[in-house]
Amino acid sequence: MAMTVELPALESTDVVAVPAPSKRGRRWMRPALGLLLPVGLALAWEIAVWLGLSNGRLVPPPSKIFATIVELSRSGELARHIIATLSRVAAGFGLGVAAGTLLGAVSGYWNWARRLLDPTVQALRAIPSIAWVPLFILWLGIFETSKIVLIAVGVFFPVYLGVMGAIQSVDRKIVEVGRAFRLSGAAMIRRILLPAVLPAYVLSLRVGLGLGWMFVVAAEFMGASEGLGYLLIDGQQLGKPAQILAAIVIFAILGKTTDWLIEIGTAPLLRWQDGFGRQSGAA
Amino acid sequence: MLALNALGKIYPNGVHALARFSAEIQLGEIVAIIGGSGCGKSTLLRAIAGLDRATSGTVTLDDIAISAPHAKIGIIFQEPRLLPWLSVADNIGFGLSELPATLRREKVAAALARVGLADKAYAWPRELSGGQAQRVAIARALVPQPEVLLLDEPFSALDAFTRRDLQDHLLDLWADTRPTLLLVTHDVDEAVVLADRVLVMRPRPGRLFEEIKINLARPRDRNSLLFDNFKRRVLTALDRSLDRNVPDADPASNAGEAMWW
Repeated sequence: MAMTVELPALESTDVVAVPAPSKRGRRWMRPALGLLLPVGLALAWEIAVWLGLSNGRLVPPPSKIFATIVELSRSGELARHIIATLSRVAAGFGLGVAAGTLLGAVSGYWNWARRLLDPTVQALRAIPSIAWVPLFILWLGIFETSKIVLIAVGVFFPVYLGVMGAIQSVDRKIVEVGRAFRLSGAAMIRRILLPAVLPAYVLSLRVGLGLGWMFVVAAEFMGASEGLGYLLIDGQQLGKPAQILAAIVIFAILGKTTDWLIEIGTAPLLRWQDGFGRQSGAA
Repeated sequence: MLALNALGKIYPNGVHALARFSAEIQLGEIVAIIGGSGCGKSTLLRAIAGLDRATSGTVTLDDIAISAPHAKIGIIFQEPRLLPWLSVADNIGFGLSELPATLRREKVAAALARVGLADKAYAWPRELSGGQAQRVAIARALVPQPEVLLLDEPFSALDAFTRRDLQDHLLDLWADTRPTLLLVTHDVDEAVVLADRVLVMRPRPGRLFEEIKINLARPRDRNSLLFDNFKRRVLTALDRSLDRNVPDADPASNAGEAMWW
């Protein structure tokens, strides 16, 4: 008897005492763990070049990449390239999202529209988007329009598919609640369908944005005089690997930042979600 | 008065779910519909709710024909079906969007207190237990004060204790405004504890087989001999509706089991 009383008492003090400090520690441990590999590799390479184990010409050490970024930004060139690329992505993303949302919503909501539109859209989706480049240049010229349209094409498909799929998979039982409360068509869309598709929509926006960043590089490869893609090509042609890597690093930072902006911008709208992600995030 | 006149339903796949079902249900009456699987109980309820159209016959409420969801008819489903993106309070106020915000808040607060969930007003549905979620669903259906409340096996997904608790709670809430309750159930115990009348249905095609009046004063004692007698009568009717032979005279038969599938 005495044992059984004592054991739980011991356990409970354990539970209270141990996780409190470790929880605070874990909060910093997780990102730190993720940084370990890239920072470790960068440091190792820096040291290897410093020790003269490699001349670092084709694979410049981090310090040189950083110096290139500082140099580019001092001359104001970097800002010009970033603004050019960002505005292309913004315009293409906006266009692709608008078209994808509209057509996806129409196809998802009306069966006849899906039967009419979807086969064509799916056939177009099967074409690698880069294959459009020559045609876009012929049709729209070599300047901004063809670039923005190419990015928009890349963004369009995931958004279209995401919206259509999300509308189709809205729980019939929830829709029935709306019907039982006699919601009109517009109220049904506003009060049931929109909130129900929001999580999938946000996901498709993030996938679309990722493709937007991918396609801006392709677009800037097809003849641009400014932009981060231009920096890549310029670095290749003039044999400046540090400039190429600098542009890649900036691409990574911009891509991650814009994705993060979508994530935190929509987080308040998705607090209600009850999913695996939330569980593991809370654990 | 809710009047069902010769309701029939044949699904597009040819299944004859309901045939010439007629009944009259007075305002404030509690009626339980019970029957074997596939006897058209849910089809009947959905036709009354206006969610599905009957292929023949009519539903009238106070002489108004019902063919689509109606403001005077509320429904509670087997699952709570709460909207996951709305707080508990907003779920309860879902059917009150036409009211001014202050009045809506008052009604919601009163309903929350009435179902004992005042402290959960700002919780998300995912944070509720099964019983709590079904309480919210009941509050959501009752707060617009329907004349008729339809319940489609509302407690069948709950454990026995919670089920009993909610049955008593439902009766308690019903006493506030005394709407007509029409309840579809598998549970003989539930039918006898709640209903003034039990309608036993017979399958393929679903139709009315027998009507049993439960002349027991409320609150009903689930352990009384009289309660047991009514249960046995309903069970016997169910067995006969499926053409099973029942040793009627044998009092020791196990025809008193609470759940009947």
